[in-house]
Amino acid sequence: MPVAARRHEPRGFPRQVLDSGQSLLVLFAGVLLIAAVAQTAASGVRDGSAALAFGGLIAFGELLRLNLPGDREAAPIAMAGALAYALLIQVRSMPVQLEPEQVIAVAAIGMIIGALPHVAVGRPTRLSAMAAQLVAVACVAAVFRPLANASLIGTHWWSELPVMLSLVIVGWLVNAVIAALIRTDVLRARFGVMLLDEFRIQLPIGAAVGASALLIAFAAEVMGPLAVAVFTAPLLVTQVALRRYTGIRATYLQTVRALARVTEIGGYVEIGHSARVARLSVSIGRELGMPEPELLELEYAALMHDIGQLSLRDPIPGGATVLVAREEQRRIAEYGAEVIQQARVLDTVADIVRRQSDPCRPGDRGEEPPLSSRIIRAANAFDDLVGSSVEPSRAAAAVQRLRLDTASEYDPHVIEALSRLVSRRSVLGP
Amino acid sequence: MGKLSRIAWIYIGAVIAAAAIAVALGPFGGIRWDQVAALGLLLIACESTATLLNSRSLAWSANSTASLAAVILTGPVGAALVGCCTVFGMRRGPSPAQRLFNTGMFTLSAYLAGRAYVLAGGPVGQPTPISFPHIIAPFACAVLVHVVVNFSLLRGVLWLTREPGTALGRVGLDFKLLLTDMGYAAFGVLIAALWSVLGPFTPVLVVIPLLVARWAVTQFAAQQRAYESTVSALCQAVETKDFYTRGHSERVSRGSVMIAREIGMRVERVEAIRYAGMLHDVGKLGVPTSVLQKNGSLTDDEYAAIQLHPMRGLDIVREIGFLDEALAGIMHHHERIDGRGYPMGLAGDEIPEFARVLAVADAFDAMTSNRSYRGARPVPEAVAELRKWAGTQFDPAFVDAFVTAIVRDGWKGPEAAPPGTDEAAGAAPPADGLPASVLAAGNGHPAATATSATPGAAATPGAAATPGTAGTAGTAGTAGTVPKPAGDLDDPTGPLRAIESR
Repeated sequence: MPVAARRHEPRGFPRQVLDSGQSLLVLFAGVLLIAAVAQTAASGVRDGSAALAFGGLIAFGELLRLNLPGDREAAPIAMAGALAYALLIQVRSMPVQLEPEQVIAVAAIGMIIGALPHVAVGRPTRLSAMAAQLVAVACVAAVFRPLANASLIGTHWWSELPVMLSLVIVGWLVNAVIAALIRTDVLRARFGVMLLDEFRIQLPIGAAVGASALLIAFAAEVMGPLAVAVFTAPLLVTQVALRRYTGIRATYLQTVRALARVTEIGGYVEIGHSARVARLSVSIGRELGMPEPELLELEYAALMHDIGQLSLRDPIPGGATVLVAREEQRRIAEYGAEVIQQARVLDTVADIVRRQSDPCRPGDRGEEPPLSSRIIRAANAFDDLVGSSVEPSRAAAAVQRLRLDTASEYDPHVIEALSRLVSRRSVLGP
Repeated sequence: MGKLSRIAWIYIGAVIAAAAIAVALGPFGGIRWDQVAALGLLLIACESTATLLNSRSLAWSANSTASLAAVILTGPVGAALVGCCTVFGMRRGPSPAQRLFNTGMFTLSAYLAGRAYVLAGGPVGQPTPISFPHIIAPFACAVLVHVVVNFSLLRGVLWLTREPGTALGRVGLDFKLLLTDMGYAAFGVLIAALWSVLGPFTPVLVVIPLLVARWAVTQFAAQQRAYESTVSALCQAVETKDFYTRGHSERVSRGSVMIAREIGMRVERVEAIRYAGMLHDVGKLGVPTSVLQKNGSLTDDEYAAIQLHPMRGLDIVREIGFLDEALAGIMHHHERIDGRGYPMGLAGDEIPEFARVLAVADAFDAMTSNRSYRGARPVPEAVAELRKWAGTQFDPAFVDAFVTAIVRDGWKGPEAAPPGTDEAAGAAPPADGLPASVLAAGNGHPAATATSATPGAAATPGAAATPGTAGTAGTAGTAGTVPKPAGDLDDPTGPLRAIESR
């Protein structure tokens, strides 16, 4: 019996390969860093102990850099430390006079020191994420420091807090917009969708970072820079939990991928079919502007779309569900949905799998099947026709054939998206 | 809390009365009501976002942060008033009785914590930079008293409302929770310290990171539960290929966890073995259904296909980010201590620990489940069987651990006879007990069980002694065979022993 070769597909960002948008960002951050360090060196460091304390906090946070779902990175503690340093008004009741350049220099040097151990053990560092953070901090510092240094803000919380709060939000927005721009560039997706994705994922952690930054800035007034470490405790807990969350989510996807291959090893479908259909479905979904949570469900459903075949006593030749009768297809889909429904947490996924065999015009079930089902239906048919072939002409012919069936079998929008992907050559691959 | 006994009512009443008296006696002079109100709101926010604990009707919330801040800022009576706000918590869970008890409990804990703080010389009121660090010691006393009173009162009510027969140690309060609570209580001093610079906005800012931390922890827990139920659902899909093994993976997983806990494995390893148990038979999918469900005997090729199933299982799950130990366990769960297992024929300590654990749980569940050729065996019989093969097939230490765990906690086997039984049982009326008698005839020689594949051979135990016979028995003795699913690899008394002797 053939055994599927292990496949290492590149997902998300190609690491350490920066394209134009990202290199521009990193270049900008680099210029910012050099200018800030030069300016600070020329005018001398003010309040060295606070700079040391915050620099240390930022380095520590950078060391604990965290992966978030969807191949993102964040360093919440470093960000909170840097924002707090930018927003410092008093330390132990002594007014602080800080130039924005010094804030940028301290933040950048802290980040670099924190990233060094990662580089030393050969972990890929994502310069663009660090650069985005630095730019966000620079924005906050550039607005707030002149105001604070000129004592324009007052010394009461009701005058300080609104300014600081809005600046923290601005900083968060800058970071999210840059991250969304990068993803738009890399994933060739729509900016609006990417921005909403970014907001959704960054909101809770951003709130925690913002609140911690404000707390640290205010606490420094009473307790001095050393006590600020206390306020990173909840962030630390958050970070540990999120790390485990991301870990289990990755394992989840790996498990579903692995178990989806069960149909291949059982000889029900062609080797690599589920993975190819999943990859193609996600590409189409992204092309059609689906948000990230839906893409994840789509990926799960696409991976498991053939799981219903396990109910067959004998495999369909070649696993090509496109060749069997509609009733049989429906039965397989129904059974697969039942299996997935057992999981109790994947009801949407089960529904997508159930409706995958329905033609795209409103059928006897009343309404049109969900977009995800229509995508999987088209991707599945495409893969049944093309298989693991990498020949562009074959792919184009397959699209042509599917196009003939649109309006009765396949959703024309989905086929058009597929056709765009094929013409960009971003479908075929090993 | 379902129906409450009279003593429980008296207890709850006493707690509430004590709280009410403490508040009523005052004194109320010098209390800053804006602080009480802000902290009361903080407490309501915390109470409303309580996390349910998995045991019984317990929930945990960060209430102590607000109460302890109130202890410093407003003194014992103010703290008690803040504690009273528990009653306004917007949580659907608690019944009126629970709500009242909780309110009484938090009021009393906060009041006593406040008294302890004052007694230890802590200054009541807004702390200034010079209050540090000597405020720390009295505050630590207050935290300790709050946590101790809270946990003692709670333990009391859980004890009075427990289901009969529950041991006191199992009421669901553990040391870890106590530490967490103390950690959150410690944030009280930070709220108090920040009040001078942030005013009533302090609680809001302090509570946001705390809530996000809770949120992240809940997200993680939810994701883990989702993962578990998905894996289990997919394993059930795997099992549909062979009706008789329905629920098998789940039970093997449970059994393996019982053993792992009994021998004191670390938590992560227990988690890993849980998944290993769930997925140990995934490789069976590589075996064609027609072979798995084949009634009667198998050809050499079919045996080979079955013998490879642990390897296929490994092949499927290799890319999951598990502990390597779990992978090794899946691959070697059909090895035997005496080295006659498959796929590698490892012996003794060469076999990974996980595999030895899985083998015990796997065999036990196979024996206590229905098969087409026999009914489920009773647990004592299966235990005797495990003991019998300890040292040859199973690791004796794990057999002992499993038996101890079963004796203490019981064993929940498969629920009912599968619907397909009428057909299978009709075809095989003499099935029940047959393998056992064959086993007795085999007289402890494991290879003898191989003959159970053909009743004809079973009548002449001597035939089984020659490996060649066992191997070919399948193809030779098809006439009048008892139908059996050939895929029953797990039952130590089952038909597939033939494999081992080849």
